[in-house]
Amino acid sequence: MWRWLHPYAKPEATYRLVDKLLPWFAALTAVSLLVGMVWGLAFAPSDYQQGDSYRIIYIHVPSAIFSMGAYFGMAVMGVIALVWQIKTAEWSIPAIAPVGAAMTAIALFTGAIWGKPMWGTWWVWDARLTSELILLFLYVGVMALYYAFDDQRTGAKAAAILAIVGVVNLPIIHYSVEWWNTLHQGATITKFERPSIATSMLWPLLISLLGFMLLTISLVMMRFKNELLRHELHRPWAQRVLGTAEESH
Amino acid sequence: MAFDSFQEFVQMGGYGFYVWLSFFLTFLVIAGVALDALIGRRRLQRQSRTLQRRRQRLSKRQQRQSSPVEESKR
Repeated sequence: MWRWLHPYAKPEATYRLVDKLLPWFAALTAVSLLVGMVWGLAFAPSDYQQGDSYRIIYIHVPSAIFSMGAYFGMAVMGVIALVWQIKTAEWSIPAIAPVGAAMTAIALFTGAIWGKPMWGTWWVWDARLTSELILLFLYVGVMALYYAFDDQRTGAKAAAILAIVGVVNLPIIHYSVEWWNTLHQGATITKFERPSIATSMLWPLLISLLGFMLLTISLVMMRFKNELLRHELHRPWAQRVLGTAEESH
Repeated sequence: MAFDSFQEFVQMGGYGFYVWLSFFLTFLVIAGVALDALIGRRRLQRQSRTLQRRRQRLSKRQQRQSSPVEESKR
């Protein structure tokens, strides 16, 4: 089956696939985010303890989960790049890392803004907050390593290794609220028992989660398309896509 | 609807500043990432055009060098 997938045709085929899927993902992202945000902001009931400040949960939790989800995806691409030497997997690393870093940044500052009225402080060096900050540094490190070498493939390999090693941080983030006595509240939905949130608040949260998942994927796809074109700029298909192909004469 | 009026909705039970600030900053970051991707594509287009022009110049020069007879006839 892999025989007829000519190695040079592959980035083009990948581009066509991503290009075809992106509009659907973007449209679904817009719909689910709109529904999730409006429902969460205007229709979900206030929290009996936190009042309306809890509404930050509708961006804080989804961005935090997909800051980790994107990292895991990047690490999987790192494994594929190292084991099977697939170039498109290498190119996906610089496409995923900035998006994941953005999600991590969103999780961090929405957490800080939520923490100020609830905890009385923007920041504490507690386990959950610190491990999430380390995730941001890991993303920055992966990007820095990727671009640190003259030979881009060496950079990709170094970045892939860091991405894979950094996966150890993910369970630390997730279990930090159980392993250590933190200021951060415990898990709301990602536990084995029933979620500790009322269904009227849970539904908009689930829709926001879907929205942020689709958003992460859409943003990665946008960047990945650019990465594919960047490496294939000298090939006719990329020039045709960019509309810069010379007329045959 | 969890709020009785638009005014109340904006105030968010006294937490309006925190809620709207976090939503605004989130929007800003996401828009920034999306915009960066769009600018990146524009930049690739420019690079590709430059590459194309250079190639055309090169091939013209090669044609001139390989057919000096035709050149002298002109």
